[in-house]
Amino acid sequence: MIYFNNVSKIYGQDGVALQDVNFTVGAGEFVSIVGHSGAGKTTLVKMILAEDNPTDGTVFFESINVHKLKNNDLTKLRRRIGVVFQDFKLLSSKTAYENIAFAMEAVGKTDGEIISDVPHVLELVDLGHKAHHFPNQMSGGEQQRLAIARAIINQPELIIADEPTGNLDPINTHEIVQILKKINDLGTTVILTTHNRGVVDSVSKRVITLEKGKVVRDDKEGRYAI
Amino acid sequence: MRGLKRIIKGGFVNFIRGGIVSWAAVLVVSITLSVITSLILLQAVLHSSLQQIKDKVDVTIYLNVGAKEDKITELKNALTKLPEVAEINYVTEGENLRRFRELHSADYPTIQALDEIGENPLGGYLGVKAKEISQYETIATFLSSGSPMVLGPSSVVRKVNYAQNKDVIEKLNAIIDGAQKLGFLVTALLVLISVIITFNTIRLTIFISKEEIGVMRLVGASKMGVRGPFLIEGVIYGIIATIVTLVIFWPATAWLGRNMSGFLGLNVYEYYVSNIFYILLLVLSSGIILGVVSSFLAIRKYLNK
Repeated sequence: MIYFNNVSKIYGQDGVALQDVNFTVGAGEFVSIVGHSGAGKTTLVKMILAEDNPTDGTVFFESINVHKLKNNDLTKLRRRIGVVFQDFKLLSSKTAYENIAFAMEAVGKTDGEIISDVPHVLELVDLGHKAHHFPNQMSGGEQQRLAIARAIINQPELIIADEPTGNLDPINTHEIVQILKKINDLGTTVILTTHNRGVVDSVSKRVITLEKGKVVRDDKEGRYAI
Repeated sequence: MRGLKRIIKGGFVNFIRGGIVSWAAVLVVSITLSVITSLILLQAVLHSSLQQIKDKVDVTIYLNVGAKEDKITELKNALTKLPEVAEINYVTEGENLRRFRELHSADYPTIQALDEIGENPLGGYLGVKAKEISQYETIATFLSSGSPMVLGPSSVVRKVNYAQNKDVIEKLNAIIDGAQKLGFLVTALLVLISVIITFNTIRLTIFISKEEIGVMRLVGASKMGVRGPFLIEGVIYGIIATIVTLVIFWPATAWLGRNMSGFLGLNVYEYYVSNIFYILLLVLSSGIILGVVSSFLAIRKYLNK
């Protein structure tokens, strides 16, 4: 599903963020990408979303070279991917309900579908009672659950979770990991970046380890090994 | 259609939730529209003052005493045919005498002297008004062009006062021309400054939403889906600012009309009320264009990628 071919990203003269990265992610896989801060995890995510262009190499989403896409096609690609960020990236001027409705509007869902699906997904992440709260009226764990609800509402083929537990306490972290595992069990591919040992070990799935922008390990049923 | 409805609704919701930032933008657009409205009124005052000055200028053709009526009519008709001539006012000998007596009714020696002469010593005259001040020269040229009606033994013309008034007319012409040019320059400059300030204020309101715009794009919103509500907000700024401006100018022009009509040479309130639809159209379209174009340009840089 995702193909990285000799991808390098260099910022300025010495800022090597990624170097000759090669790996493939198959449909339905749960892949944890681990590494210290600055290892290149977020850069790698940006490459998949075409938020940034590689200095060298190519990134394919199925048969699509994501960095060759025009603006309109890029929008269509992003609708096939659900993203969860460490800092949640919710729309602060919209309520929980509206944040999810916005993602549905973006893909052209009807008002009827929005009215029926949004409450359902909010219940799924246990936020039914917070539907009309703004993000700044919610706790970190609740905001992250909302971000996940937004990411899954359009049934994407891929969920990218970039350090989703970085700002959360252990209980909320555990909840978020369980939700991501459940999403994966239902058939959605999940890419999770983290530097949290507990998270990686509790998932017990494929682990790609990054160090100074290079892939140093790729274990099928890996554990946190840095 | 569904998309448009969502965009319009989004614009209204953003405006309401923007709170003080939205109202700050409305305030700045209102100031710009007030400048534009003031300039409309100022142009009207300037135009009316200049028109009054222009109306005071004319060329008078003094006619010989006892000049024949048919010759005078012939001269009048010839002048009427000139494209530069706007109006000719013919005052007959008798009328001239009556006006003279009326003007000097308290001046006993003059009236007595007039009575002693026994006959009317005053000739009639033609007051000629040109369409533009600069055209008096052409009319004067016609009058000194050697036309038998003006020169020669059959002439009915005693004197033309253009030569006397020439300097004053030319100076006035230069002042009016300069005043109009200066008025236009000042207008253009003030409008430009206001537009720049408005543009920057709206840019600031969109800058606040910079991160949200990025997130919207990341969840797959189309460019129009992101930009649309901001453009609608721009339209709302324009509409509310227009209402604010027109409401403020109502009592302001009423006061000016009551107290300053003499000084300004125009009742600004009457002008404002009678031209309200023209002003509304101009101010509303300026407000909407300003709001929409500023929003469009400001959001453009955050929409790429």
